[in-house]
Amino acid sequence: MKYLCLICAEKVMEQMPRADADKHFEEYREFTDAIRRSGHYVGCNRLLPPDAASTVRVRDGRISVTDGPWVETKEQLGGYYLIEARDLNEAIQVAARIPGARFGCVEVRPVAEDLQTVRALGFDTQASTC
Amino acid sequence: MVFPDSSSETEQRALTAAVRSKLEEIYRTDSRRVFATLIRLLGDFDLAEEALHDAFRAALEQWPEQGMPTNPRAWLVSTGRFRAVDALRRRARFDFVEDLDDRPDPASEGGGEMDSLADSVGDDRLRLIFTCCHPILSPEAQIALTLREVCGLTTEEIARAFLAAPPTVAQRIVRAKARIRDARIPYAVPTRAELPDRLDSVLRVIYLVFSEGYSASAGDSLTRAELSAEAIRLGRLLSEQLPEPESIGLLALMLIQESRRAARTTPAGDLVLLDEQDRSQWRHDLIAEGTALVEHALACSPAGPYALQAAIAAVHAEAPTAAATDWAQIVGLYDLLLQRYPSPVVELNRAVALAMRDGLAAGLAVIDAILTRGELADYHLAHAARADLCRRLGRNDEARAAYRRALALTRQRPEQRFLKRRLAALGP
Repeated sequence: MKYLCLICAEKVMEQMPRADADKHFEEYREFTDAIRRSGHYVGCNRLLPPDAASTVRVRDGRISVTDGPWVETKEQLGGYYLIEARDLNEAIQVAARIPGARFGCVEVRPVAEDLQTVRALGFDTQASTC
Repeated sequence: MVFPDSSSETEQRALTAAVRSKLEEIYRTDSRRVFATLIRLLGDFDLAEEALHDAFRAALEQWPEQGMPTNPRAWLVSTGRFRAVDALRRRARFDFVEDLDDRPDPASEGGGEMDSLADSVGDDRLRLIFTCCHPILSPEAQIALTLREVCGLTTEEIARAFLAAPPTVAQRIVRAKARIRDARIPYAVPTRAELPDRLDSVLRVIYLVFSEGYSASAGDSLTRAELSAEAIRLGRLLSEQLPEPESIGLLALMLIQESRRAARTTPAGDLVLLDEQDRSQWRHDLIAEGTALVEHALACSPAGPYALQAAIAAVHAEAPTAAATDWAQIVGLYDLLLQRYPSPVVELNRAVALAMRDGLAAGLAVIDAILTRGELADYHLAHAARADLCRRLGRNDEARAAYRRALALTRQRPEQRFLKRRLAALGP
Protein backbone atom coordinates (compact mmCIF):
# COMPACT_ATOMS: atom_id res chain seq x y z
CA MET A 1 0.00 0.00 0.00
CA LYS A 2 1.06 3.58 -0.61
CA TYR A 3 1.05 6.23 2.10
CA LEU A 4 1.63 9.96 1.85
CA CYS A 5 3.66 11.41 4.70
CA LEU A 6 3.02 15.14 5.04
CA ILE A 7 5.69 16.94 7.03
CA CYS A 8 4.55 19.89 9.10
CA ALA A 9 6.75 22.10 11.28
CA GLU A 10 6.84 25.59 12.74
CA LYS A 11 9.97 26.43 10.74
CA VAL A 12 10.83 25.45 7.19
CA MET A 13 14.44 25.37 5.93
CA GLU A 14 14.41 29.01 4.75
CA GLN A 15 13.48 30.17 8.26
CA MET A 16 16.24 28.30 10.07
CA PRO A 17 19.75 29.56 10.85
CA ARG A 18 22.05 28.50 8.04
CA ALA A 19 24.01 25.96 10.12
CA ASP A 20 20.81 24.31 11.38
CA ALA A 21 19.39 24.11 7.88
CA ASP A 22 22.63 22.55 6.57
CA LYS A 23 22.51 19.90 9.26
CA HIS A 24 18.82 19.26 8.57
CA PHE A 25 19.45 18.89 4.83
CA GLU A 26 22.15 16.35 5.62
CA GLU A 27 19.71 14.38 7.80
CA TYR A 28 17.19 14.36 4.96
CA ARG A 29 19.86 13.18 2.54
CA GLU A 30 20.67 10.25 4.87
CA PHE A 31 17.01 9.39 5.45
CA THR A 32 16.03 9.59 1.78
CA ASP A 33 19.06 7.52 0.84
CA ALA A 34 18.06 4.91 3.43
CA ILE A 35 14.45 4.56 2.26
CA ARG A 36 15.60 4.39 -1.37
CA ARG A 37 17.82 1.47 -0.40
CA SER A 38 15.08 -0.19 1.65
CA GLY A 39 12.56 0.07 -1.19
CA HIS A 40 10.05 2.18 0.70
CA TYR A 41 10.68 5.26 -1.44
CA VAL A 42 8.16 6.18 -4.12
CA GLY A 43 8.58 9.95 -4.36
CA CYS A 44 9.22 13.10 -2.37
CA ASN A 45 9.52 16.86 -2.60
CA ARG A 46 10.39 19.77 -0.40
CA LEU A 47 8.04 22.75 -0.71
CA LEU A 48 9.03 26.43 -0.70
CA PRO A 49 7.73 28.37 2.32
CA PRO A 50 4.01 29.14 2.61
CA ASP A 51 4.61 32.81 1.68
CA ALA A 52 5.26 31.50 -1.84
CA ALA A 53 1.80 29.95 -1.93
CA SER A 54 -1.14 31.12 -3.99
CA THR A 55 -4.60 29.78 -3.29
CA VAL A 56 -6.93 29.47 -6.25
CA ARG A 57 -10.72 29.25 -6.22
CA VAL A 58 -13.27 29.31 -9.02
CA ARG A 59 -16.69 30.68 -8.12
CA ASP A 60 -19.43 31.35 -10.69
CA GLY A 61 -16.87 30.75 -13.41
CA ARG A 62 -14.49 33.43 -12.08
CA ILE A 63 -11.02 32.74 -10.84
CA SER A 64 -10.00 34.26 -7.54
CA VAL A 65 -6.48 34.06 -6.19
CA THR A 66 -5.32 34.87 -2.67
CA ASP A 67 -1.81 35.01 -1.19
CA GLY A 68 -0.63 32.36 1.15
CA PRO A 69 -1.80 28.88 2.04
CA TRP A 70 -5.50 27.93 2.16
CA VAL A 71 -5.32 27.47 5.88
CA GLU A 72 -3.21 29.49 8.28
CA THR A 73 -1.75 27.43 11.10
CA LYS A 74 1.29 27.67 13.29
CA GLU A 75 2.67 24.53 11.67
CA GLN A 76 3.40 24.74 7.97
CA LEU A 77 3.48 22.07 5.30
CA GLY A 78 7.16 21.76 4.41
CA GLY A 79 7.29 18.73 2.14
CA TYR A 80 6.17 15.17 1.64
CA TYR A 81 7.27 11.61 1.06
CA LEU A 82 5.18 9.12 -0.87
CA ILE A 83 6.14 5.68 0.42
CA GLU A 84 5.26 2.06 -0.18
CA ALA A 85 4.75 0.01 2.98
CA ARG A 86 3.29 -3.34 3.98
CA ASP A 87 0.74 -1.74 6.28
CA LEU A 88 -0.07 1.34 8.33
CA ASN A 89 2.26 0.39 11.18
CA GLU A 90 5.19 -0.03 8.81
CA ALA A 91 4.34 3.36 7.28
CA ILE A 92 4.25 4.91 10.75
CA GLN A 93 7.65 3.40 11.48
CA VAL A 94 9.12 4.93 8.32
CA ALA A 95 7.39 8.25 9.04
CA ALA A 96 8.89 8.30 12.53
CA ARG A 97 12.36 8.35 10.95
CA ILE A 98 11.65 11.47 8.87
CA PRO A 99 13.96 14.12 10.39
CA GLY A 100 11.13 16.67 10.60
CA ALA A 101 9.15 14.36 12.91
CA ARG A 102 11.53 15.33 15.72
CA PHE A 103 10.67 19.04 15.42
CA GLY A 104 7.20 19.13 13.93
CA CYS A 105 4.84 16.33 13.00
CA VAL A 106 4.17 13.97 10.12
CA GLU A 107 0.66 13.16 8.98
CA VAL A 108 0.43 9.68 7.44
CA ARG A 109 -2.42 9.26 4.96
CA PRO A 110 -3.19 6.07 3.04
CA VAL A 111 -3.45 6.59 -0.71
CA ALA A 112 -6.89 5.61 -2.02
CA GLU A 113 -6.62 2.48 -4.13
CA ASP A 114 -10.28 1.68 -4.72
CA LEU A 115 -11.39 0.82 -8.24
CA GLN A 116 -13.28 4.07 -8.83
CA THR A 117 -10.21 6.12 -7.89
CA VAL A 118 -7.90 3.94 -9.95
CA ARG A 119 -10.16 4.38 -13.01
CA ALA A 120 -10.74 8.10 -12.49
CA LEU A 121 -7.01 8.75 -12.27
CA GLY A 122 -6.23 6.54 -15.27
CA PHE A 123 -3.98 4.17 -13.28
CA ASP A 124 -5.74 1.14 -14.75
CA THR A 125 -4.34 1.92 -18.19
CA GLN A 126 -0.85 2.95 -17.06
CA ALA A 127 1.88 0.70 -15.74
CA SER A 128 2.56 2.78 -12.69
CA THR A 129 0.64 4.99 -10.30
CA CYS A 130 3.35 7.57 -9.93
CA MET B 1 7.09 -6.78 2.18
CA VAL B 2 7.40 -4.95 -1.11
CA PHE B 3 9.32 -6.65 -3.85
CA PRO B 4 10.53 -3.90 -6.16
CA ASP B 5 11.41 -4.44 -9.79
CA SER B 6 14.98 -3.31 -10.18
CA SER B 7 17.00 -5.27 -12.75
CA SER B 8 17.65 -4.24 -16.29
CA GLU B 9 19.21 -6.92 -18.48
CA THR B 10 16.98 -9.67 -19.85
CA GLU B 11 18.96 -12.63 -18.55
CA GLN B 12 19.35 -11.04 -15.17
CA ARG B 13 15.64 -10.29 -15.16
CA ALA B 14 14.70 -13.96 -15.68
CA LEU B 15 17.03 -14.98 -12.86
CA THR B 16 15.65 -12.25 -10.61
CA ALA B 17 12.08 -13.32 -11.40
CA ALA B 18 12.90 -16.89 -10.33
CA VAL B 19 14.54 -15.68 -7.12
CA ARG B 20 11.67 -13.32 -6.50
CA SER B 21 9.04 -16.04 -6.72
CA LYS B 22 11.14 -18.28 -4.46
CA LEU B 23 11.57 -15.35 -2.04
CA GLU B 24 7.87 -14.60 -2.03
CA GLU B 25 7.29 -18.21 -1.04
CA ILE B 26 9.91 -18.01 1.71
CA TYR B 27 8.34 -14.77 2.87
CA ARG B 28 4.94 -16.45 3.19
CA THR B 29 6.20 -19.53 5.00
CA ASP B 30 9.19 -18.32 7.01
CA SER B 31 9.17 -14.56 7.46
CA ARG B 32 7.40 -14.69 10.84
CA ARG B 33 9.94 -17.14 12.20
CA VAL B 34 12.85 -15.05 10.92
CA PHE B 35 11.16 -12.03 12.48
CA ALA B 36 10.73 -13.74 15.86
CA THR B 37 14.42 -14.65 15.92
CA LEU B 38 15.41 -11.12 14.93
CA ILE B 39 13.36 -9.74 17.82
CA ARG B 40 15.24 -12.00 20.20
CA LEU B 41 18.61 -11.02 18.75
CA LEU B 42 17.91 -7.30 18.51
CA GLY B 43 15.58 -6.94 21.49
CA ASP B 44 13.29 -4.50 19.71
CA PHE B 45 10.16 -4.94 17.56
CA ASP B 46 10.67 -2.01 15.22
CA LEU B 47 14.35 -2.65 14.68
CA ALA B 48 13.58 -6.29 13.94
CA GLU B 49 10.88 -5.29 11.44
CA GLU B 50 13.31 -3.06 9.57
CA ALA B 51 15.93 -5.79 9.71
CA LEU B 52 13.48 -8.31 8.25
CA HIS B 53 12.63 -5.93 5.44
CA ASP B 54 16.31 -5.24 4.74
CA ALA B 55 17.19 -8.94 4.77
CA PHE B 56 14.60 -9.78 2.11
CA ARG B 57 15.70 -6.78 0.12
CA ALA B 58 19.33 -7.93 0.30
CA ALA B 59 18.30 -11.44 -0.75
CA LEU B 60 16.60 -10.05 -3.83
CA GLU B 61 19.78 -8.21 -4.77
CA GLN B 62 22.33 -10.89 -3.90
CA TRP B 63 20.74 -14.28 -4.58
CA PRO B 64 20.46 -13.89 -8.38
CA GLU B 65 24.24 -13.37 -8.56
CA GLN B 66 25.50 -15.47 -5.67
CA GLY B 67 22.93 -18.26 -5.84
CA MET B 68 20.54 -19.40 -3.12
CA PRO B 69 22.14 -20.06 0.25
CA THR B 70 21.83 -23.62 1.57
CA ASN B 71 19.87 -22.41 4.59
CA PRO B 72 17.85 -19.40 3.42
CA ARG B 73 16.25 -18.79 6.82
CA ALA B 74 19.60 -18.64 8.62
CA TRP B 75 20.96 -16.39 5.86
CA LEU B 76 18.01 -14.00 6.31
CA VAL B 77 18.46 -13.96 10.10
CA SER B 78 22.17 -13.20 10.02
CA THR B 79 21.85 -10.67 7.20
CA GLY B 80 18.96 -8.90 8.91
CA ARG B 81 20.87 -8.75 12.15
CA PHE B 82 23.98 -7.38 10.46
CA ARG B 83 21.98 -4.75 8.59
CA ALA B 84 20.23 -3.65 11.78
CA VAL B 85 23.50 -3.20 13.62
CA ASP B 86 24.86 -1.31 10.63
CA ALA B 87 21.78 0.93 10.47
CA LEU B 88 22.08 1.67 14.19
CA ARG B 89 25.69 2.63 13.73
CA ARG B 90 24.83 4.98 10.88
CA ARG B 91 21.98 6.56 12.82
CA ALA B 92 24.23 7.03 15.84
CA ARG B 93 25.76 9.97 14.04
CA PHE B 94 22.54 11.85 14.64
CA ASP B 95 21.13 10.20 17.76
CA PHE B 96 22.73 8.79 20.82
CA VAL B 97 22.55 5.05 20.50
CA GLU B 98 24.34 3.18 23.22
CA ASP B 99 25.90 -0.27 23.20
CA LEU B 100 26.52 -0.71 19.54
CA ASP B 101 27.24 -4.23 18.58
CA ASP B 102 30.63 -4.28 16.93
CA ARG B 103 30.67 -7.85 15.71
CA PRO B 104 31.45 -8.52 12.04
CA ASP B 105 28.86 -9.71 9.57
CA PRO B 106 27.93 -13.23 10.70
CA ALA B 107 27.00 -14.11 7.12
CA SER B 108 30.69 -13.95 6.21
CA GLU B 109 31.67 -16.29 9.03
CA GLY B 110 31.48 -20.09 9.14
CA GLY B 111 28.17 -21.92 9.24
CA GLY B 112 28.26 -22.70 12.97
CA GLU B 113 26.47 -19.65 14.23
CA MET B 114 23.95 -19.73 11.41
CA ASP B 115 22.92 -23.26 12.31
CA SER B 116 22.49 -22.45 15.98
CA LEU B 117 20.46 -19.37 15.04
CA ALA B 118 18.11 -21.45 12.92
CA ASP B 119 17.75 -24.23 15.51
CA SER B 120 16.12 -22.04 18.12
CA VAL B 121 13.64 -20.56 15.66
CA GLY B 122 10.61 -22.52 16.92
CA ASP B 123 11.21 -21.35 20.47
CA ASP B 124 11.47 -17.79 19.23
CA ARG B 125 7.91 -17.75 17.94
CA LEU B 126 6.76 -19.12 21.28
CA ARG B 127 8.68 -16.39 23.09
CA LEU B 128 7.06 -13.84 20.82
CA ILE B 129 3.54 -15.08 21.62
CA PHE B 130 4.20 -14.74 25.34
CA THR B 131 5.54 -11.21 24.84
CA CYS B 132 2.57 -10.17 22.70
CA CYS B 133 0.07 -11.61 25.22
CA HIS B 134 1.79 -10.17 28.28
CA PRO B 135 -0.78 -9.28 30.98
CA ILE B 136 0.61 -5.73 31.16
CA LEU B 137 -1.18 -5.11 27.82
CA SER B 138 -4.93 -4.72 27.39
CA PRO B 139 -6.75 -7.65 25.74
CA GLU B 140 -7.33 -5.54 22.59
CA ALA B 141 -3.61 -4.75 22.40
CA GLN B 142 -2.69 -8.40 22.98
CA ILE B 143 -4.91 -9.49 20.11
CA ALA B 144 -3.72 -6.80 17.68
CA LEU B 145 -0.06 -7.38 18.49
CA THR B 146 -0.32 -11.17 18.24
CA LEU B 147 -2.11 -11.00 14.89
CA ARG B 148 0.37 -8.55 13.43
CA GLU B 149 3.67 -9.72 14.87
CA VAL B 150 3.13 -13.46 15.19
CA CYS B 151 0.66 -14.11 12.35
CA GLY B 152 1.85 -11.38 10.00
CA LEU B 153 -1.55 -9.80 9.35
CA THR B 154 -1.48 -6.16 8.26
CA THR B 155 -2.87 -3.35 10.41
CA GLU B 156 -5.61 -2.86 7.84
CA GLU B 157 -6.59 -6.55 7.89
CA ILE B 158 -6.82 -6.58 11.69
CA ALA B 159 -8.92 -3.41 11.62
CA ARG B 160 -11.27 -4.95 9.07
CA ALA B 161 -11.61 -8.16 11.06
CA PHE B 162 -12.53 -6.30 14.24
CA LEU B 163 -14.56 -3.52 12.59
CA ALA B 164 -12.16 -0.87 13.88
CA ALA B 165 -10.51 2.09 12.14
CA PRO B 166 -6.94 1.32 10.97
CA PRO B 167 -5.44 4.35 12.81
CA THR B 168 -7.00 3.07 16.07
CA VAL B 169 -5.44 -0.35 15.61
CA ALA B 170 -2.12 1.19 14.51
CA GLN B 171 -2.02 3.34 17.64
CA ARG B 172 -2.83 0.33 19.82
CA ILE B 173 0.12 -1.53 18.30
CA VAL B 174 2.54 1.40 18.61
CA ARG B 175 1.56 1.91 22.26
CA ALA B 176 1.78 -1.78 23.07
CA LYS B 177 5.31 -1.92 21.68
CA ALA B 178 6.30 1.16 23.66
CA ARG B 179 4.81 -0.42 26.76
CA ILE B 180 6.84 -3.59 26.22
CA ARG B 181 10.00 -1.52 25.72
CA ASP B 182 9.41 0.78 28.71
CA ALA B 183 8.47 -2.03 31.08
CA ARG B 184 11.48 -4.03 29.83
CA ILE B 185 9.34 -7.11 29.41
CA PRO B 186 11.76 -9.96 28.93
CA TYR B 187 11.52 -11.73 25.63
CA ALA B 188 11.19 -15.21 27.05
CA VAL B 189 8.95 -18.16 27.76
CA PRO B 190 7.80 -17.74 31.39
CA THR B 191 9.20 -19.86 34.18
CA ARG B 192 7.26 -22.86 35.52
CA ALA B 193 5.98 -20.79 38.44
CA GLU B 194 4.54 -18.05 36.21
CA LEU B 195 3.39 -20.36 33.46
CA PRO B 196 -0.25 -21.06 34.50
CA ASP B 197 -1.22 -17.36 34.58
CA ARG B 198 0.78 -16.39 31.54
CA LEU B 199 -0.47 -19.37 29.54
CA ASP B 200 -4.05 -18.42 30.42
CA SER B 201 -3.68 -15.07 28.74
CA VAL B 202 -2.11 -16.63 25.61
CA LEU B 203 -4.92 -19.21 25.39
CA ARG B 204 -7.55 -16.52 25.87
CA VAL B 205 -6.10 -14.41 23.03
CA ILE B 206 -5.96 -17.40 20.68
CA TYR B 207 -9.54 -18.41 21.51
CA LEU B 208 -10.80 -14.83 21.10
CA VAL B 209 -9.19 -14.68 17.66
CA PHE B 210 -10.78 -18.02 16.79
CA SER B 211 -14.21 -16.99 18.08
CA GLU B 212 -14.12 -13.69 16.22
CA GLY B 213 -13.43 -15.66 13.05
CA TYR B 214 -16.03 -18.30 13.85
CA SER B 215 -18.84 -16.09 15.00
CA ALA B 216 -18.20 -12.40 14.48
CA SER B 217 -19.53 -10.26 17.33
CA ALA B 218 -21.11 -7.83 14.88
CA GLY B 219 -21.68 -7.26 11.20
CA ASP B 220 -22.70 -9.16 8.16
CA SER B 221 -20.51 -12.17 7.92
CA LEU B 222 -21.06 -14.92 10.44
CA THR B 223 -17.74 -16.58 9.76
CA ARG B 224 -14.38 -15.16 8.89
CA ALA B 225 -12.45 -18.26 8.06
CA GLU B 226 -8.98 -16.70 7.86
CA LEU B 227 -9.06 -15.43 11.41
CA SER B 228 -10.01 -18.88 12.70
CA ALA B 229 -7.34 -20.46 10.52
CA GLU B 230 -4.75 -18.14 12.11
CA ALA B 231 -5.97 -19.10 15.59
CA ILE B 232 -5.70 -22.80 14.77
CA ARG B 233 -2.20 -22.24 13.37
CA LEU B 234 -1.25 -20.51 16.64
CA GLY B 235 -2.88 -23.30 18.64
CA ARG B 236 -0.85 -25.90 16.75
CA LEU B 237 2.37 -23.98 17.28
CA LEU B 238 1.62 -23.64 20.98
CA SER B 239 0.76 -27.30 21.52
CA GLU B 240 3.85 -28.41 19.59
CA GLN B 241 6.20 -26.11 21.46
CA LEU B 242 4.50 -26.24 24.84
CA PRO B 243 2.36 -29.38 25.08
CA GLU B 244 0.53 -28.38 28.26
CA PRO B 245 -2.89 -30.11 28.67
CA GLU B 246 -4.73 -26.83 28.21
CA SER B 247 -2.81 -25.90 25.04
CA ILE B 248 -3.87 -29.26 23.63
CA GLY B 249 -7.41 -28.84 24.99
CA LEU B 250 -7.79 -25.48 23.25
CA LEU B 251 -6.50 -26.84 19.95
CA ALA B 252 -8.96 -29.75 20.22
CA LEU B 253 -11.84 -27.38 20.98
CA MET B 254 -11.02 -25.17 17.98
CA LEU B 255 -10.60 -28.12 15.61
CA ILE B 256 -13.96 -29.65 16.55
CA GLN B 257 -15.78 -26.33 16.29
CA GLU B 258 -14.04 -25.64 12.98
CA SER B 259 -15.22 -29.04 11.67
CA ARG B 260 -18.81 -27.68 11.62
CA ARG B 261 -18.05 -24.46 9.75
CA ALA B 262 -19.61 -25.48 6.43
CA ALA B 263 -22.73 -26.93 8.10
CA ARG B 264 -23.47 -24.04 10.44
CA THR B 265 -24.54 -21.56 7.76
CA THR B 266 -26.67 -21.88 4.66
CA PRO B 267 -25.21 -20.74 1.32
CA ALA B 268 -27.20 -17.52 1.87
CA GLY B 269 -25.31 -16.96 5.13
CA ASP B 270 -28.10 -17.93 7.51
CA LEU B 271 -27.46 -19.65 10.80
CA VAL B 272 -28.15 -23.39 11.18
CA LEU B 273 -28.36 -24.69 14.76
CA LEU B 274 -26.41 -27.76 15.83
CA ASP B 275 -29.46 -30.06 15.92
CA GLU B 276 -30.48 -29.04 12.39
CA GLN B 277 -27.04 -29.28 10.77
CA ASP B 278 -26.31 -31.72 7.96
CA ARG B 279 -23.73 -33.85 9.75
CA SER B 280 -22.35 -35.23 6.49
CA GLN B 281 -20.95 -31.75 5.91
CA TRP B 282 -18.84 -31.91 9.05
CA ARG B 283 -15.09 -32.27 8.51
CA HIS B 284 -14.44 -35.71 9.94
CA ASP B 285 -10.67 -35.36 9.62
CA LEU B 286 -10.77 -32.39 12.01
CA ILE B 287 -13.14 -34.24 14.36
CA ALA B 288 -10.81 -37.26 14.44
CA GLU B 289 -7.78 -35.07 15.16
CA GLY B 290 -9.68 -33.06 17.78
CA THR B 291 -11.11 -36.11 19.52
CA ALA B 292 -7.69 -37.76 19.78
CA LEU B 293 -6.33 -34.57 21.32
CA VAL B 294 -9.24 -34.36 23.79
CA GLU B 295 -8.41 -37.83 25.11
CA HIS B 296 -4.81 -36.77 25.55
CA ALA B 297 -5.82 -33.53 27.33
CA LEU B 298 -8.32 -35.28 29.61
CA ALA B 299 -5.74 -37.87 30.66
CA CYS B 300 -4.06 -35.12 32.70
CA SER B 301 -5.85 -34.45 35.95
CA PRO B 302 -7.55 -32.18 36.81
CA ALA B 303 -8.93 -31.40 33.36
CA GLY B 304 -8.86 -27.69 32.53
CA PRO B 305 -11.72 -25.59 31.12
CA TYR B 306 -10.60 -25.87 27.47
CA ALA B 307 -10.17 -29.64 27.72
CA LEU B 308 -13.66 -29.99 29.25
CA GLN B 309 -15.28 -27.76 26.63
CA ALA B 310 -13.46 -29.75 23.94
CA ALA B 311 -14.79 -32.96 25.49
CA ILE B 312 -18.36 -31.59 25.29
CA ALA B 313 -17.80 -30.61 21.66
CA ALA B 314 -16.41 -34.11 20.99
CA VAL B 315 -19.53 -35.81 22.43
CA HIS B 316 -21.67 -33.76 20.01
CA ALA B 317 -19.29 -34.57 17.16
CA GLU B 318 -19.47 -38.30 17.82
CA ALA B 319 -23.28 -38.47 17.63
CA PRO B 320 -24.39 -39.69 14.19
CA THR B 321 -27.69 -37.78 14.55
CA ALA B 322 -28.88 -35.00 16.86
CA ALA B 323 -31.33 -37.43 18.49
CA ALA B 324 -28.51 -39.87 19.25
CA THR B 325 -26.60 -37.27 21.31
CA ASP B 326 -25.41 -38.60 24.68
CA TRP B 327 -26.98 -35.82 26.77
CA ALA B 328 -26.25 -37.56 30.06
CA GLN B 329 -22.53 -37.43 29.32
CA ILE B 330 -22.79 -33.79 28.22
CA VAL B 331 -24.60 -32.77 31.41
CA GLY B 332 -21.95 -34.67 33.40
CA LEU B 333 -19.14 -32.76 31.69
CA TYR B 334 -20.94 -29.44 32.30
CA ASP B 335 -21.28 -30.40 35.97
CA LEU B 336 -17.50 -30.86 36.15
CA LEU B 337 -16.88 -27.61 34.30
CA LEU B 338 -19.26 -25.70 36.55
CA GLN B 339 -17.82 -27.20 39.69
CA ARG B 340 -14.24 -26.20 38.81
CA TYR B 341 -14.78 -23.06 36.74
CA PRO B 342 -18.15 -21.56 37.68
CA SER B 343 -19.63 -19.06 35.23
CA PRO B 344 -23.20 -18.06 34.35
CA VAL B 345 -22.62 -18.82 30.65
CA VAL B 346 -21.59 -22.39 31.53
CA GLU B 347 -24.68 -22.63 33.74
CA LEU B 348 -26.83 -21.57 30.80
CA ASN B 349 -25.26 -24.16 28.49
CA ARG B 350 -25.71 -26.83 31.14
CA ALA B 351 -29.39 -25.86 31.45
CA VAL B 352 -29.89 -26.40 27.71
CA ALA B 353 -28.28 -29.86 27.97
CA LEU B 354 -30.38 -30.57 31.06
CA ALA B 355 -33.55 -29.78 29.07
CA MET B 356 -32.53 -32.50 26.63
CA ARG B 357 -31.75 -35.03 29.36
CA ASP B 358 -34.50 -34.36 31.93
CA GLY B 359 -37.21 -32.62 29.92
CA LEU B 360 -37.82 -29.11 28.58
CA ALA B 361 -39.53 -27.81 31.74
CA ALA B 362 -36.58 -28.78 33.93
CA GLY B 363 -34.18 -26.86 31.66
CA LEU B 364 -36.48 -23.85 31.50
CA ALA B 365 -36.70 -23.67 35.29
CA VAL B 366 -32.90 -23.43 35.53
CA ILE B 367 -32.71 -20.77 32.79
CA ASP B 368 -35.39 -18.71 34.55
CA ALA B 369 -33.45 -18.96 37.80
CA ILE B 370 -30.29 -17.69 36.04
CA LEU B 371 -32.18 -14.84 34.36
CA THR B 372 -33.79 -13.85 37.67
CA ARG B 373 -30.31 -13.44 39.19
CA GLY B 374 -29.75 -10.79 36.50
CA GLU B 375 -26.21 -11.68 35.43
CA LEU B 376 -27.25 -12.76 31.94
CA ALA B 377 -30.18 -10.34 31.57
CA ASP B 378 -28.45 -8.63 28.60
CA TYR B 379 -27.01 -11.79 27.03
CA HIS B 380 -28.98 -12.49 23.85
CA LEU B 381 -28.31 -16.23 23.90
CA ALA B 382 -29.94 -16.60 27.34
CA HIS B 383 -33.17 -15.13 25.96
CA ALA B 384 -32.87 -17.13 22.74
CA ALA B 385 -32.48 -20.33 24.77
CA ARG B 386 -35.52 -19.46 26.91
CA ALA B 387 -37.51 -18.66 23.77
CA ASP B 388 -36.58 -21.97 22.20
CA LEU B 389 -37.69 -24.02 25.23
CA CYS B 390 -40.97 -22.05 25.55
CA ARG B 391 -41.64 -22.58 21.84
CA ARG B 392 -41.14 -26.34 22.15
CA LEU B 393 -43.36 -26.39 25.24
CA GLY B 394 -46.11 -24.64 23.24
CA ARG B 395 -45.92 -21.52 25.43
CA ASN B 396 -46.02 -19.26 22.36
CA ASP B 397 -46.62 -15.87 24.01
CA GLU B 398 -43.63 -16.32 26.29
CA ALA B 399 -41.55 -17.59 23.36
CA ARG B 400 -42.40 -14.51 21.28
CA ALA B 401 -41.48 -12.13 24.11
CA ALA B 402 -38.14 -13.90 24.67
CA TYR B 403 -37.29 -13.96 20.93
CA ARG B 404 -38.01 -10.22 20.77
CA ARG B 405 -35.75 -9.60 23.76
CA ALA B 406 -32.96 -11.66 22.15
CA LEU B 407 -33.44 -9.82 18.85
CA ALA B 408 -33.04 -6.47 20.57
CA LEU B 409 -29.78 -7.59 22.15
CA THR B 410 -27.84 -9.16 19.26
CA ARG B 411 -25.70 -7.20 16.82
CA GLN B 412 -24.99 -10.15 14.50
CA ARG B 413 -27.06 -9.91 11.34
CA PRO B 414 -27.30 -13.67 10.63
CA GLU B 415 -28.42 -14.15 14.23
CA GLN B 416 -31.03 -11.40 13.79
CA ARG B 417 -32.34 -13.06 10.64
CA PHE B 418 -32.55 -16.40 12.47
CA LEU B 419 -34.52 -14.91 15.37
CA LYS B 420 -36.87 -13.12 12.98
CA ARG B 421 -37.56 -16.38 11.16
CA ARG B 422 -38.38 -18.10 14.45
CA LEU B 423 -40.66 -15.21 15.43
CA ALA B 424 -42.45 -15.30 12.09
CA ALA B 425 -42.95 -19.08 12.37
CA LEU B 426 -44.76 -18.56 15.68
CA GLY B 427 -47.40 -16.46 13.91
CA PRO B 428 -48.80 -13.12 15.06
